[in-house]
Parts: sequence; structure tokens; C-alpha cells
Amino acid sequence: MTTAAKQIMPFEPVLLANIHKPDSHTLRVYEAGGGYQGLRKVLKEKTPTEFIEVVKSSNLRGRGGAGFPTGLKWSFLPKDHPGPVYMCINADESEPGTFNNRILMELDPHQVIEGIILSCYATKAVTAYLYIRVEYPTCYQRLQQAIDECYAANLLGKNIAGSDFSLDIFLHRGAAAYICGEETGLIESLEGKRAWPRIKPPFPAVEGVFRKPTVVNNIETAACVTQIAARGVEWFKSIGVPSDPNNPRDPGSYGPKLYCLSGHVNKPGCYEAPLGITCRQLIDEYGGGIWKGRKAKAAIPGGISMGLFTEAEFDTPLDFAGPGKVGCLGLGTAAVVVLDETVSMVDFLHNSCRFFAHESCGQCTPCREGTHWSLSMLERIKAGKGRLKDLDLLLEIGDTIGIIPGTTICGLSDGAAWPIKNAIRKFRPEFEEYIKRTNPTGYMVTEAVNALPVVALH
Amino acid sequence: MPKVIVDGIEVELAAGERINGIQAAQRAGVEIPHYCWHAGLTVVASCRMCLVETGSRNPDTGDVTMVPKLVPACQTPATPNTVFITNSEKVSNARAMVEEDLLIDHPIDCPICDKAGECNLQDYHFKYGQDQRRADIRPFTSRKREMGDTVTLFVDRCVMCTRCVRFTREISGTSELFVINRGSHEEIDVFPGYPLENRMSGNVVDLCPVGALGDKDFLYKQRVWFMRKHDGVCTGCSTGCSISVEENQDTVYRLKPRENPHINQWWMCDEGRYGYHHVHSDRRLTDVQRRDGVNWTLLEWSQVVREIDERFRNVGRVAVVLSPHLTVEEAYLLGKYAREVDPQAQVVLGPVPVEGTDETFKNGFTIRAEKAPNRRGVEEVVTHFMGQVATLDNLLISLANSEPTAVWVSGGYKSNWIDAAAADQIASAAACLVVHDTFDSPLTEKATYRLPEGTFAEREGSYVNFNERLQSVPWAIRPPAGVRVAGSVYLELLGEVGLYKARRVLVEVAERIVYFAAAAEPVGPLGVDLKTPVLEATPTA
Repeated sequence: MTTAAKQIMPFEPVLLANIHKPDSHTLRVYEAGGGYQGLRKVLKEKTPTEFIEVVKSSNLRGRGGAGFPTGLKWSFLPKDHPGPVYMCINADESEPGTFNNRILMELDPHQVIEGIILSCYATKAVTAYLYIRVEYPTCYQRLQQAIDECYAANLLGKNIAGSDFSLDIFLHRGAAAYICGEETGLIESLEGKRAWPRIKPPFPAVEGVFRKPTVVNNIETAACVTQIAARGVEWFKSIGVPSDPNNPRDPGSYGPKLYCLSGHVNKPGCYEAPLGITCRQLIDEYGGGIWKGRKAKAAIPGGISMGLFTEAEFDTPLDFAGPGKVGCLGLGTAAVVVLDETVSMVDFLHNSCRFFAHESCGQCTPCREGTHWSLSMLERIKAGKGRLKDLDLLLEIGDTIGIIPGTTICGLSDGAAWPIKNAIRKFRPEFEEYIKRTNPTGYMVTEAVNALPVVALH
Repeated sequence: MPKVIVDGIEVELAAGERINGIQAAQRAGVEIPHYCWHAGLTVVASCRMCLVETGSRNPDTGDVTMVPKLVPACQTPATPNTVFITNSEKVSNARAMVEEDLLIDHPIDCPICDKAGECNLQDYHFKYGQDQRRADIRPFTSRKREMGDTVTLFVDRCVMCTRCVRFTREISGTSELFVINRGSHEEIDVFPGYPLENRMSGNVVDLCPVGALGDKDFLYKQRVWFMRKHDGVCTGCSTGCSISVEENQDTVYRLKPRENPHINQWWMCDEGRYGYHHVHSDRRLTDVQRRDGVNWTLLEWSQVVREIDERFRNVGRVAVVLSPHLTVEEAYLLGKYAREVDPQAQVVLGPVPVEGTDETFKNGFTIRAEKAPNRRGVEEVVTHFMGQVATLDNLLISLANSEPTAVWVSGGYKSNWIDAAAADQIASAAACLVVHDTFDSPLTEKATYRLPEGTFAEREGSYVNFNERLQSVPWAIRPPAGVRVAGSVYLELLGEVGLYKARRVLVEVAERIVYFAAAAEPVGPLGVDLKTPVLEATPTA
């Protein structure tokens, strides 16, 4: 796998090709670089169904985290629905460590908008809602500017570029909740309700925004659609990891991917690389190695909810199938956060639990109480009152919450569970050592003890 | 016949029937515990107490394929050949987990909680919970705050099932309640200045599976295990909601709606729910009295009925006013007595109180303006004797032009129902006026005989609601000392011996009056529709 990825190098950035140009966010610069040619071509030459087939054959998988094949998602829309069909673009990028959508929206918004127009053309959506997190004011301004430019240039509105296709894009700002990144939570929030994810079925493709068929796609997915329209399927499939011939259900991991690298590296940033690059390659070749001459201890493979790589697992390829093979949840948002040898895993897990306890929407009992309980246990462990028994309790919580065991509606608590499971299973000696050191007299106690006074999260 | 399999028990589905796993299990006699699901509300599948294993059976081979993960039974449709497993270790572990989670922040103040004894959290904990508390979180204290004039929220007892929130959105349509904060800090609340004040607000207390929402009217009055439940009919308006009257030692403590898909589903209005206080009012009439000149003489029930009977027979002409608060049986007996004494006796319907206009809520539940439970039933009895619906006004006109007449006025109203002028008119026209009522009114002041009457909780018999549905209910409490309920008095007037049994009278009514024919068969707890047989008896053109 490593050799396959090496062969593609050096890699010419495509999604990030424009971002270093001056005024890269303007229509003038984008069109000068060949922008909107793919759109014009598709509008002229392809029917929506044909374009869905193009995207389907590219095996493009959604870049939002779950990696669901985009073309397939589009084809789930009911045939001959009287409409309207809606498109939602998920720009509620809240996964810790993730900022690739931000780069695209701030520095190349037209690439995103072109992808949205193409996606809407394929799905026959006449309205697109771009749900953007409130913490991205520059993205909001740049996107609004770009949308205004598009309306002026007849790339949005009625009869786009002289075709029969019309589309409106609306920006909608969230109110800073992680759960709004879950697609049905986003839909609820967009409708003006509390962002409690919906029970599925019905899936959004059947009943989504305002109870109409809806597709929810990620910003980076839209950018990939732009590139597929411009450069073709062959180009797209020449990048990345082919599907596993032994697994007919594996759609492979094709195309370029934006990796967000942060944490204890020399050059943190958003890097474009072919899918399938290993974590170590990303850290060494793009990130300039671990900072301060230290060694790495662990890394988060794709946003905090995906779990943890140990240093020994750094050679795992960062494609859609790779992280799962070493016990992580998946590729997620491909946001790699590196932890050097000085980091305490107890601190890491405490921080992770604090995040999920704060962000749990509170709808399902196991997630609402499980995240809160694990946080209070971690707080106690950090305060020097931990017991070895707590680790087993934490693991039990980790193993029982989430949609994978079936105890919650959405995947937030799978994301809360994986750091717990990975941190304790992969670094158990460190946890045990910490507990024994900080609580020398009580670490073996097994009866219930009083918790610390509750510290408000809000 | 399509079938669903629950724990190996096959349950039959009617064609096209849409039920979920919980309902299918109920048919198999298997309980699936649940908090957030309620048949009358939308499904949110958020409490996760009803997690089960599911799968499907291949109808040809009989092979069963199971889904690897747990699913909420409330959200899983019981389509033909669905398999549910509710007794596996995986399921019982999931239930124990949810119970443990719900109890993490729960104050466990059952000894001072009104819900103790009928609390799902308590019951499920003993059935499905763990025997030991592993969480070492210090529970919150029992904070409480007012939701409105009728309901108090004990914030920390809440399990966030959101049934109450959905009720105000889907049933009452008033949307006062909502969820504030996030995660484990979530609470139910109202907006400042917009309290819970719709006319169905009391239902949220019934919906609450734990002790979070407390009914201020009932709060701290009685432990639920001391109370006995009796089927009843709400006499607040002509909707005639099915209710349960809950009492302990002849004191009514609360009324609760009783599920009846034909009338009120699961709901009742606040007016009906809190409209029982007159039962224990200290203004109730309890003395049997006869006017002798300007003085009242105290009598005994044992002598007064005979005495009145003799006076009525002496006068010869008789008229009776049947209150719409009487049961069908009582109305019939009084009419029968009147006709026995005087074959020309006037039998008329008493005044039917009307207040305001009908109010219909989002889901169709209606509080009617007609504030009496049995106008339809009494009307049919009156029609039986008179050939048409005669009212008090008709009686007054005929009294003015006829010989001296003895008049029996039945009451049972919750409050004053007649003004002084009308009372004067009746009193001046009557040769002998008997008023059998619960409260003093201008009419009792002028009566010859003043008899204390029972209330709805003491009555036994049948009511017909606005939609021609007849419900038969037993009495819930014994009347206070001195009071005799109409039925037994009328029985004595007719000279019959034995205890008053409403059912025996209803059988006679069903024989004599075609309208009530459907009541000849025993009437179930949901009542019987009187329309259908009448329609059948009517020849089609």
C-alpha cells in the first residue's frame, strides 16, 4: 500500500490549485483558471441522469465523514417526484481538528458553488441550502460574495448559462452546535427546530427538508464533483486506492483528499494528497515531522471521533477502509491530529469526553447520560481519585453507546465511544499507571465513591 | 393471515394493519418497557428503553434472519413475518443500561414523590434495572418550578421522554412546553410570560411516565396505592369523556382520563378533570326537609318517600322535570312513576346549561358548550313518554292553564341552574313541589319538599353523549350521610323492593325504547353506539 501511494507522488494539487492565487475567491480569477467550464459543458451535453451516472462511475465517496458513495446517494431520490427536491450543503464543519471546508470556502468558493450547481442539476434540485457554521464569518462573506457574483453572471438564478436549469442558493448560518453536522440534525435546524437528529427511515432522500426529498452533501464533495465534471472520471479514478477485489461491496477510495494536519508537527496545515497516503507519510512528508525533535505517541486519524492510532499504526493508509483495520471508526474527515510523547492520554481522553458531553444533543438516553457519566469519571480520575474499576466502566459505556450497537439515533455517540475505547484499549498501562500513582491508597477500591461537585459545562 | 412473531409467540395482524413492535408484543402478552412512546403521540424513539432484537422470517423456508444490532420496538413496524426477541441477554442488558443511565441524575426521592407506586421508572427499575448503583455522581437536588396554574415541574425527576412537549405541540396545539439546554443539562421549560395554560394542560401529568410533572390539584393529597379506581363518565360537558374516578374511603382525589378510542382517546380537559370538587363541597344539601308554613321540618328518608307518594296521588295531576344530569335509568324510572300516578303526566327535559361555544383542539378533541352529560339520553326518555321533546318552557305554559299539579324537579347540577323568576313561576303553579337537588337554588327555597341528591361520583347508570354513545358506569363513592341518589328514591316511589341496580333498569329501557335497543346486551367499558341499530331499524327509501 505504501509503495502504491509513493508511486503517485509527487502529486499536483487539484482541489487546492487556486488557493494561492491573489483574489482567488473572485469569479474573475476562478474563471481565468478555467472555472465553470465543466458546468457549462455538462449543462450542454449531459442530462441529469447521465451526470449521475458519471458521478456514480467515479466512485466518489462523500467527504463529510461517513464516506457514502455520492452518486448512489443521489440515485436514492424517488423517481418522478412532483418536487421540489432540495439540496443541503453541510458546511457545519465542527469535528475537532477539521478545517478543509474552511480553506475551500474562504479561498476558492467558486469551486464549491460550481459543484453545488452540478449536484443540483443532477438531482433536479431547484433550491440549495448551504448550512454554514457561525464560527466561519469570512467563509460566510466570501460565499455570499461569490453567490452574488454568480447571480450577476447568470450562473445562478433562472436559466443558468442559457440552459433550462434554474437554481437558487441560500446561505444559512448555524448557531454553533456540533450536532448540526449530522445530516438530519442539520435539516431540523434548517427548518428552525431544535437540532435533534431524526429517526431513520425515512432517510432524507425520501423525506428531508420541509418533508421533501433532500440530498445532504459536504463542501469538499461538491468541490470533487466540480473536478470530476471538468477532468473526467478517468482522471479521478487514476488517483487513490482501488476497490478491494475480494470485497464486492467496497467502492474503493478514489480521488484527491484534503488532509488537515495539526497537533505536534512542524508544519500543520491543510494538504491535498491522494487517498491512501499513510499517516506517517503525511506527518513526515507534508508536516515536516514531529515538532521539537520529539517522538510521536499517537495520532487521531480523522477527527477526534474516529479514535486513535498508536505510533506503531502510523503506516496505516488513510483511505476509507484503512483506519477501520486497526480498530478505529473510519477515515472520518481525514483530520490528523498528532500527539507527541509528552501528552498524557488521560488528558486527551478527558478533553475528548468533555467535548462530547458538551455536544451530545441529549435526545437518546444512552448518549446523553453516557457521555456525561464518562466525563465525570474522567474528571475524578484526573483529580487523583481514580480507581482501576473505572476503566472497565468507561469501556462498558464505550461499547454500548452508538448506532453500531443500536442504542442511539445518530452517530454522535459512536464518535464519543471510539476515543474512549481506543485510548483505554491501546494505552491501558498508562491509564493504570496514572491511577495508581495519583491514588495510591484507593485505586483498588470497588465500592461507589462520591463524585466531585459538578462543574458546570456551560 | 399475516403474522408477527414475538418471543416465539405468533401474533395475527389484520389486513393492512400498521402497528409497531410494542403493540405487537402487547398482543402476545409480552411487555416491552418504554418511556417516550405513546400511542397518541408521534414516535421519537429517544428513550431507548424499548430496545429489542428484530429480524424477519422467510415465509417459504421458515428461516429467520436477525438484524445484528438492537432496534427500538416503537420505531420498528410489525410487518408480516417480522420477528421480535425481547427476552435475550442482549436486550435485558440494554434495558439495564438505560435504567442505570436514567437514574444517574435522578434524585430518587420516591418517598416524597406523588408518582411513587405508579411510576414507570420505579417499576422498570425493579423489573429490568441493576441491583447496584455504579455511578458515583452526586444526584441533583429536587428542584421544582411552576409550569402554569395547574402543573408543577420537578426538574430533576425528568427522564426527557418529551411526551409533554409533544402533547402541547400535537394534541393541544398550544406549544407552551419545550426543551432548554443540551445534553445532560436538558430540562423541560416554558417561555417567560407564556405559562402552560391551555384547557387540556392536566394531560401532561398523565403522560409523564415519572414524577416530573405534578398536578397541583392532587399534589401531596394521597398516595396512589391507597386509592381505588372506578370507571366513570365525565359529566362536565356533552362530550362525555371516559374517566376513572380515583377515591379512598369515599373521598374522590382525582379524575383521570380512561382510554376510549370512540370518545376521548387518552385525553380529558381541565374543566372535567378538576370539576369534581363540588362532590365534597360543604354547601351540599344533606337534610330532608318539608316546608310547614315559613318553617322547615326535618324528616327522615324512611318516611318522606311514602308521604310524597301519597300527596302526589291525592293531587292527581303530576309533572316531572328530568335533569340532563340524570342517568338514562333514573330518567326512565321517574317518568314511569309519573305516568303510573297520572297517565296524562307531563314528562319534560330540564334546563340544559350552555356556556360559551365549543372549543376544538388541534387533534380534534372538543370541549362542548353544552355542560350536561346526558341531554340525548333524557331527550329520548322524554320522547318515549311524550312523543316529542318537551321542555320546562312547555311545562310552564301548560301548568298555567291546568288543574293543580304536583311537580317533581330533579337536579344534580354542579351549581345554581335556575333564576328566581323561573323558580317563582314553577313554585306558584305547583300544588306540591318536590326538588331533589345537590345545592340550594331559588327553587329549593320555594319547594314543598327539599331532598338532597347525589353527584356523578355517587350515581350508577348510563349516559348518552352528543354522539349517541351510551356508557354505563358504576358508582364510585357512597353519598354523604343524609343524601339519597335519585335511582333508589325512584325505585321506592314505584314501590319496588330491593337494591337499585341500574343494569336491570337499562334492560327494561332497552326493551321499551327502540333508541336504546343496543344496550340490551351488556355494555362494555368503551360504551355502545346507539346510532347503528336505529339506522338499521329505519327503512331506507
